[in-house]
Amino acid sequence: MPETYDVIVIGGGAVGCMVARFLSRYRLSILLIEKEADIGMGASSANSAIIHAGYDPLPGTLKAKMNVAANLMWDTLAGELNIPFERRGDYVVAIGPKELPKLELLLEQGRRNGVPGMHIISAEEMRHREPNINPDVSGALWAPTGGICDPFAISIAAAENAVQNGVRILLETAFEDFIMDGKRIVGIKTNRGDFGCRWAVNAAGLYADVVMHKAGVRPEFKITPRRGEYCILDRAEITVNNVLFPVPSDISKGILVTATLHGNTIVGPNAQDIEDKEDRAVTYDGLGELWDGAHKLVPSLSPRHVIAVFAGLRASGNAPCETPGVDYNHDFIIEIPREVQGLVNLGGIESPGLTSAPAIALRVIELLKEAGEKLEEKPDWQPIRPPRPRFRDLPHEEQKRLIALDPRYGRIVCRCEMVTEGEIVAEIHAPIPARTYDAIKRRTWLGTGRCLGSFDMPRVVDILAQELGVSPLAITKKGPGSEFLVRPTKQVEG
Amino acid sequence: MALKDKYDVVIIGSGPGGLAAAISAKKYGAEDVLIIERDVELGGILLQCIHNGFGVEIFKEDLPGPSYAQRFINEAMLLKVEALLDTMVLDITPQRRIFASSKINGFVDIQARAIVLAMGCRERTRAQVRLPGTRPAGVYTAGTAQRWVNVEGYMPGKRFVILGSGDIGMIMARRLTFEGAKVERVLEVMPYLTGLTRNYVQCLLDYDIPLQLQHTVKRILGHQRVEAIEAVRVNEKWEPIPGTEEIIPCDTLLLSVGLIPENELSKKAGVQLDALTGGPVVDNNFETSVPGIFAAGNVVHVYDLVDWVTEAGLAAGKSAARFALAERRREIRHIPLLAGHNVRYVVPHELDKQTLMEEEVRLQFRVKQPVEEPVWVEVHSENNLITRKSERYVRPGEMVTIVLTPRHYEEVERATSLTVSIVER
Repeated sequence: MPETYDVIVIGGGAVGCMVARFLSRYRLSILLIEKEADIGMGASSANSAIIHAGYDPLPGTLKAKMNVAANLMWDTLAGELNIPFERRGDYVVAIGPKELPKLELLLEQGRRNGVPGMHIISAEEMRHREPNINPDVSGALWAPTGGICDPFAISIAAAENAVQNGVRILLETAFEDFIMDGKRIVGIKTNRGDFGCRWAVNAAGLYADVVMHKAGVRPEFKITPRRGEYCILDRAEITVNNVLFPVPSDISKGILVTATLHGNTIVGPNAQDIEDKEDRAVTYDGLGELWDGAHKLVPSLSPRHVIAVFAGLRASGNAPCETPGVDYNHDFIIEIPREVQGLVNLGGIESPGLTSAPAIALRVIELLKEAGEKLEEKPDWQPIRPPRPRFRDLPHEEQKRLIALDPRYGRIVCRCEMVTEGEIVAEIHAPIPARTYDAIKRRTWLGTGRCLGSFDMPRVVDILAQELGVSPLAITKKGPGSEFLVRPTKQVEG
Repeated sequence: MALKDKYDVVIIGSGPGGLAAAISAKKYGAEDVLIIERDVELGGILLQCIHNGFGVEIFKEDLPGPSYAQRFINEAMLLKVEALLDTMVLDITPQRRIFASSKINGFVDIQARAIVLAMGCRERTRAQVRLPGTRPAGVYTAGTAQRWVNVEGYMPGKRFVILGSGDIGMIMARRLTFEGAKVERVLEVMPYLTGLTRNYVQCLLDYDIPLQLQHTVKRILGHQRVEAIEAVRVNEKWEPIPGTEEIIPCDTLLLSVGLIPENELSKKAGVQLDALTGGPVVDNNFETSVPGIFAAGNVVHVYDLVDWVTEAGLAAGKSAARFALAERRREIRHIPLLAGHNVRYVVPHELDKQTLMEEEVRLQFRVKQPVEEPVWVEVHSENNLITRKSERYVRPGEMVTIVLTPRHYEEVERATSLTVSIVER
């Protein structure tokens, strides 16, 4: 008899981690599995880091409902999970007279979706609010409820809080198939053996189609990875203080220029439909496309200011919207399908998926209740995830106190982002241990500055080796196969 | 070593520029000279440059990097230069206050009379040359690989392609070959070599490592670890020429694509930078736009020869010492006026002693508490009463004045501070 859980969540992205976190409130035994060496390694870690206001999705779609409902949740959630979040508002910027009428349409759409506080501002006002803006601006739509976040922190904090409340998380554990008893899911097969369950939640992101097909659900549903490339600019060179969207096209919100919580400006994404669900390569043509888009909004941006490039994959689905009269074929799937018992099926969770994650988690709870699951609250549920100190954010006096308490906080390992040995060691021994370079990077922002880790890399490999009690040769960038080093020197090649 | 609150000259960085500045500052009369170094030893990047080619100009000898550094380290130690190792400077103010942080030394907060910036430079990265492709392990700057091989004793790969014909890249090509690795190719986007010709001959030609000019990396392949790179020929505008692509299997791509002066601290100190060099704007004394802050070496502009960095460091150290000594003289002349018993504050805050030689100086202050009976208003140096006068009463609402005159000069001249107090009779 395999280990059995009430609920197994398949996939440790923002959605899976939020589902686990919100479900951990109830008397349930929960397992979350993630195929990668860390949680949040898919779309959750490579996106625009924006909590969308909700004017963009078509009224009546699940995307619109989830986005607007979730947007309201973020202040409380960020407080409980101790993650950075700023409600700075966002702008859709019209350039030239032709784009101006589209703002009215978006405003109307936003109002129908229930987005509060939106209005259109003049070109002059926009130039005043963002001095870097293209002088040909003709007006802008202002949505005060838009926000910016640290996308890595979201999945990690939610997962940690889930673990605090009794959820078990297994990394490097890949879903292979369901174990069925007739039409009922009774467990899953993984590369690490079988696990029994009463409910399985499909939160597999890019692989949600593969997972649901294994249960015989929605054979026509297909996820087409839609790649989006991004550039991050050096905060020392240019600072854009706002979230600036162009007027959207039919397939995407367009290439935006936005502030990040770390003061860097980010440019992207473009949108290319591809086949390979792992192809996060940045392309030569794509980077060119980014600059055309960026210059439309902020002409003074220069490729010389780039300190990092990356690409993310959106899990773009083909599920029709179920609201009668709404003609839309890329909606979220959030359902308990009739064909099988014991599956909560999530699919096509592309943008605004990160924003929507907490509302999706609440919807999953509703669905379980509707299915007759008696969810009983735990009296000792702890919604607060304790924060860990971030040296760079502290005033000198507090830095001094922290170092006096633990001298390892005095040793700065990443000079650009001011990350200390104390912080790295704390992450290695955190509830979700950071055991790879990239895992530490996502948690501390180490190696994301202008030197891109050239300085810290050998030092972090050393610290990881020491804390994990292994040889530096065993330390990886992002899991097995990505070892940094191949052998000691002074050896002859075999 | 007991750290002082105040130093004549503080040098940020202990590479060739910093070491030379420290030595020179001592020789030109600075008493308290401190080097702050973020690594665990003095010497900077020289310590990982175990190849020869250093010192030909200055010593007329061909030395490896660590030997070159050691000569200056020895001299600095003889001269009693102090050093904080494994310590990172967090912040420098335009008033030359330095905040630093360290596991062994804790939080450091010191005042410098003069500062020499000698942070050196850093390598340009993959993002700065905008290399497309995946982001696997196995893409390193040449300097990072050099640290792993020469300092830590590990090989970061078996089969290498090097992008950029900078000196570090060519030197690493030879070094990796010595260690049994295969260096497939050095690619250079420019139509000419960007490093020294002697390195091309000694590091590439002698080991049959092919150099391809006007070539770059079009993309990186491999998910977890580099599996290959796609090389391509470029035109004069550095654009890839279609049809010239070639897949080169390898497990590591090293980047030797240029160096940038490291000036994040200079910016914090308010130092003006030159957009072209990336370093501070300096005068012939290597003084930056902020008085008392000097800069030397690769932090100013990237040099080809370490000997010239040393020369710049020597000059900057001399200027810094000169500035610090003038500062000291000013401090000896200027002494603080302190509030003593029942005195809230004194204006002026400082006294320039020389004024007293010719003119009188009025000290004004307010008391903390009223005293409704006769009191003495007294001015003391550390040891002696300088002057006093009587007041019938003192009240916080009424400012009190006491005057120092040229006849007090002789006493005041020996003082390092003066204290004004109310003494009940």
